[in-house]
Amino acid sequence: MKSKKPGYDRYAKYGYIFSIPFVIAFLLFSLYPTVYTAVIGFTDLKGLGKTDIHFLTDDLFRNFKTVLSSPSFQLAFRNTVVIWLANFIPQMLLALLLAAWFTDRRSKVKGQGTFKVLLYMPNIITAATIAILFSGFFGYPMGPVNDFLVRFGFIDAPIELLRSKAVARGVVIFIQTWMWYGSTMITLISGILGISPEIFESAEVDGASRVQTFFYITMPNIKTILLFTLVTSLIGGLNMFDIPRLFQDGKPDDATLTTSLFIYKQAFSGSYMYNRAAAASMVMFVIIAILASIMFFVMRDKDEAQLNKQIKQQQKAYAKKLKAGKENA
Amino acid sequence: MLNNKENRVMKVVIYVVCIFLAILSVLPFWIMIVNATRSTTEIQQHAISLIPSSYMMNNIKILLGKSFNPAVGFGNSLIISIGATALAIYFSSLTAYAQVAYNWKLRNAFFSFIMVVMMIPAQVTMIGFYQMVYKIHMTNRLSMLILPAIASPTMVFFMRQYLQPTLSMEMVQAARIDGAKEFMIFNRIVLPIMKPAIATQAIFSFVASWNNLFTPLVLLTDQKKYTMPIMVSLLKGDIYKTEYGSVYMGLTLTVLPLIIVYLLLSKYIIAGVALGGVKG
Repeated sequence: MKSKKPGYDRYAKYGYIFSIPFVIAFLLFSLYPTVYTAVIGFTDLKGLGKTDIHFLTDDLFRNFKTVLSSPSFQLAFRNTVVIWLANFIPQMLLALLLAAWFTDRRSKVKGQGTFKVLLYMPNIITAATIAILFSGFFGYPMGPVNDFLVRFGFIDAPIELLRSKAVARGVVIFIQTWMWYGSTMITLISGILGISPEIFESAEVDGASRVQTFFYITMPNIKTILLFTLVTSLIGGLNMFDIPRLFQDGKPDDATLTTSLFIYKQAFSGSYMYNRAAAASMVMFVIIAILASIMFFVMRDKDEAQLNKQIKQQQKAYAKKLKAGKENA
Repeated sequence: MLNNKENRVMKVVIYVVCIFLAILSVLPFWIMIVNATRSTTEIQQHAISLIPSSYMMNNIKILLGKSFNPAVGFGNSLIISIGATALAIYFSSLTAYAQVAYNWKLRNAFFSFIMVVMMIPAQVTMIGFYQMVYKIHMTNRLSMLILPAIASPTMVFFMRQYLQPTLSMEMVQAARIDGAKEFMIFNRIVLPIMKPAIATQAIFSFVASWNNLFTPLVLLTDQKKYTMPIMVSLLKGDIYKTEYGSVYMGLTLTVLPLIIVYLLLSKYIIAGVALGGVKG
C-alpha cells in the first residue's frame, strides 16, 4: 500500500475507470465517424451501398473544390445564414422584451406561469410534425390560410402561396422563430433573476426609468447568457434540417434548401455522392468547431475567474492563519 | 398619478401582447385537432373551423388503412428514447462523478475536451457514421440509435455543474470507512443525491431523442423500425394527398401524447430550461 500520499490519491485511478465508458462510446460513435467523414471527403466513394474507399488520385481536394464552387452549396449556405439571421433577430428582440416585462418589478405581470408554459409549448413538439402541419396550412387550393384570406376578403380566389420563394422562406423563418423565442425568453428571464436585486433597487431609488434600467443594468449583466444563446442558436441554425426537409424539401427553386438538407440530398438521393456530402460536412464541421472554440474560451474565462477568486480567498485565509499563528507564538 | 396611469397602460399592452402570443401558440394545434375530426369534404369547403365535427373514427380508419402505423412508430420511438435516456443519464452521472470526486492527472484536460466537443452536433459527421454502421450491417438496428447516448458531453457538463456544489466528500469518506466500494458508493449514495438533476436532464434527453429525425432517417429503411418522426413524414406522401382529415388525424396522434406529457411536467420543464441558461 502506498500510504505516503494523502488519502484521496489512492482513489485517483477511479477517475480514469469511471470515465472509460464515456471515452469508449465517444471514440466509437463520435470520433471515428468524424475522422471517417473527413477521410471520405478525399475519396471517390459514391453509389448506393458502396463502402470501399479509394483516395482520389488526380486531385485529392477535388470534392472540396467541387462543393465550395457548387452554386447549389453556395445557395444553401446563403439560405441557411439568411434564415438563421431572419429568425434569430426577431426571436431575440421578442424574448428580450418579454423577459424585461416578466421580470419588471413595477408592473408585476400576473399569470406569468401560464404564459411561460404556453409560449414555450411549440418548442417541445416534434419539428417534423410542425413542418407538415404548416405545409398543410398553406395548402392549395383549400388550405386554412387560403380559406382565411378568401373569407376575409384579402384575396378573391385561392392562390398557390408556396410557389413564391419569399413566402416559403418566410414561413420557415416564422416556424423557427415561433418554436424558439419561448425557450430564449425563459433562459433570459433566469439570467435576469440571477442579477442581485439590490442593483435594481438602487437604480429605482435613483429614479432610473424602465428603459434606462434595462439598457444600463439588465443588458450588461446578462452578456454571457446573450453570447451563449447566440452561439448555440447559430450552431443549431447551421444544422437546420427537419423543418426545411418536411416543409417543402428545399422547394421552391431551392429557396428553402439549407446546408444540412444539401448534404442529405447529396448522400442519400440521386447518385449517392457520399464523398461530396462528406466534404460539405467537413466544411460545416470546421465552421462549427471554430464557433464552439469561441464559446469554450468565453466560458472557460468565466470559470477561471471564479477559480482565481477562490484561490485568492484561500491565500488570504492562509495568510491570516499564519499571522494568527505568529501572534500566538 | 401620471406614473400610475402610465403603469396601467403599460400593463394593458403587456397582457394584450402575451395573450396574442399565447393564442398563436395554441391556434395551430387547435385547428389541427379540430380538422382531425372533420371530413375531407368539410375541410375542402372551409379549411378553418374552431368547432369539431363527427368524422373522427372515419379519419382514423382511412389513416390506418394505409402505410401509417402510429403504434409501430410509437413503440420504436419509446424503445429508443427510454434506452438512450437511461444510458445517457447513468453514464453522464458516472463521468461527472469522476470529474468531481477524484483527483486525477488528466481531469481538467478531459473536462476542457468535453466542453469543446459538446457544441459539435452529430449531424455533421453523419456520413462517416452511416458508412460505419452500414459496413458492419447494423442499419435498421435500434441499438445504433441508443448506444451513442453513452457519450453525451452536454449532459456530463450539466451533471458536473450540479454535482460540484452538492456532493459532500465527507459522506463519501464515511461510506469508505464503512467498507463500501467506490462503484457501490456511486450507485447507492451519489445517484440518489443527483435525482433533481436527473429528472430535468431525463426530460430533455427523452424529448430530444423522441423528436430526432435526421439520424433515424439515415439509418432506418425498414418500415417496421420507423420512429414517430419518420412515420409522420409518410403523411406527406402521395397516398394521403387528398385525405385531408386523416392527415390531420395522423399529426394529432403524434402531437397529443407530447402535449399531455408537457402539460403534466411543464413546471419541471420550464425550470429545466431556466437552469440550462444560468448554468451555461
